[in-house]
Amino acid sequence: MLTANRLRDGDVLYRKGDGWVPLLADGEVYADQASADAALAAANAELANNTFVAPYLFEVREACGKIVPVKEREIIRAAGPTVHPHTGKQAGQINA
Amino acid sequence: MLNPKQVEPNMYRYDEFDARFVSERVEQFAGQVERRLSGELTEDQFKPLRLMNGLYLQLHAYMLRIAVPYGTLSSRQMRRLAHIARTYDKDFGHFTTRTNLQLNWIKLVDVPAILRELAEVEMHCIQTSGNCVRNVTADQFAGATDEEIEDPRPLAEIIRQWSSLHPEFVFLARKFKIAVGATEKDRAALQYHDMAVQIVKNAEGRIGYKVMAGGGMGRTPYIAHVMREFVEREDILAYLEAVLRVYNQDSRRDNIHKQRIKILINTIGPEEMRGRVAREFEEIKRTGTLQLPQEELDRITAYFALPRFETGLSDDMPEAGKDFADWARTNVHKHRAPGYAIATITLKTPGQVPGDATSAQMDTIADLMDEFSVGEVRVTHEQNLVLPHVRKKDLPAIFAKLKELDFASPNAGLITDIIACPGLDYCDLANARSIPIAQSIAKKFENLARQQDIGELKIKISGCINACGHHHAGHIGILGVDKKGVEFYQLQLGGSGAEDASIGDIMGPGFTEHEIAGAVERVVDVYLKTRKDGERFLDTYRRLGMAPFKDAAYEKVAA
Repeated sequence: MLTANRLRDGDVLYRKGDGWVPLLADGEVYADQASADAALAAANAELANNTFVAPYLFEVREACGKIVPVKEREIIRAAGPTVHPHTGKQAGQINA
Repeated sequence: MLNPKQVEPNMYRYDEFDARFVSERVEQFAGQVERRLSGELTEDQFKPLRLMNGLYLQLHAYMLRIAVPYGTLSSRQMRRLAHIARTYDKDFGHFTTRTNLQLNWIKLVDVPAILRELAEVEMHCIQTSGNCVRNVTADQFAGATDEEIEDPRPLAEIIRQWSSLHPEFVFLARKFKIAVGATEKDRAALQYHDMAVQIVKNAEGRIGYKVMAGGGMGRTPYIAHVMREFVEREDILAYLEAVLRVYNQDSRRDNIHKQRIKILINTIGPEEMRGRVAREFEEIKRTGTLQLPQEELDRITAYFALPRFETGLSDDMPEAGKDFADWARTNVHKHRAPGYAIATITLKTPGQVPGDATSAQMDTIADLMDEFSVGEVRVTHEQNLVLPHVRKKDLPAIFAKLKELDFASPNAGLITDIIACPGLDYCDLANARSIPIAQSIAKKFENLARQQDIGELKIKISGCINACGHHHAGHIGILGVDKKGVEFYQLQLGGSGAEDASIGDIMGPGFTEHEIAGAVERVVDVYLKTRKDGERFLDTYRRLGMAPFKDAAYEKVAA
């Protein structure tokens, strides 16, 4: 998957098609490295539009029918701090 | 928003120049934010500018780091921090090991307004990031303890002014941290700083400064070397400038892991460094451009005049029940004035996030500051707060209020008074979470009688090798690492950030998130079984070495 932060407020974003969505569950999973690289290249080309910053790819896997990141870092980034469950996307909060 | 009960403490106040300088900087950055949003500045161009103003992009959002110079805050400033956290963030802030406050959910578009609100109360975020001289820290008991030779805050303020936007030192090879102390007992981790100044008296009884340099944590920890045992008062800025100039000129800039002054000094050797600094110092002195006039020192010192202490107060500790007595035993320290005390508020009730405070808690602490501590509080590098000047007779009332805040844990210096960096819950650089580990260890040792039996034991946890949680200086240090996407935790034993500074020894392979608190408990059990009378954990470790602790720590894992 491809993620970035919105420029204005820093909110975590996930790539879907040609745009961005705030929740990992709504993001696009790329079937292979080539399509992931193509999505990143497209995002990098859009950086000049100044709506998002710092795009990068990360790995996901399927678990119990859901898409979850492989690394703890991305699990926390997608949900919010594990020590403040009332904050972040896990609490339905989007920073915008 | 003026609080009618607000007390103005004796601390440095901006003069016209300071106010204009900070205000101009705010408007400059506001313009840069506007240009970034319009696309006039690219992210590559903007990033160093936002970092110079304390604005990071972290795991979930932007994080703003607000400087608290030498840890001193007025109640007016504390209320403003609470207001900013409530208005622009998620209603809480995090006090850090650099005695700053971090807000974790900041929006870029709000930053100019936040900086304007900070400037109104003489605060800013300048030099809380970037390769420059960072926020100067000091002993949290400054001006209150009877152990000190003199209050270190005037010198800390002078260093702050000298190093703020110093044209020669705004683009150093790496960040540069300075601490100041004035007692034999080191509460500011002096020897772990890039440069530290200890106020001392020489054989003739003259007050001057011992300067140390080359300490640091991170990937390659070092204890600082003494650069000069005694620098005369009027020469201190010249000497500090000499150290920084040698560092700036001679440090490597080709490898990010070798750019701190500790690497330079330990590569060329402390003797060679002393020689280079001495030559530079003599050159600066010869030109006579950087003397610190006594009248300027006096002018700054006057801002920090001691409050007028009441006389005739009883110096006895009030009787207010067992809970109060327990709290007073660990969290109350001797004050210079009879009838007064220094009270530590640990932001570490077992289960809490170390260093976190909600806006409401900050507001109530501001009220306590006004009512009981001449409007002043100190932030400590151990992520606690200190009321520096309280009448002993007021301690029970303070304790009762802290209980309402859930900040009345009687654990200052005990095993549950744990330092933890934000770790992977917030930090973009972290490899593992720190806070949940601190919480699980604190809950395991929650029983107060057990904590008191264990005595002084400092646990410090970092979520990566950058060591913001000071794990190298922990009696028990814990370093979070990433092994193929899974968090593991390495133990280090025998570190100290105090006057007996030492770097902890690495025990061996890491423990999982679920194993680490148990491993710590087995290590502590070895101490309890083998300690001699009066020995702290650190003393027993230094006497016995790693072996018995290591055997116990891994015993259960292997079983």
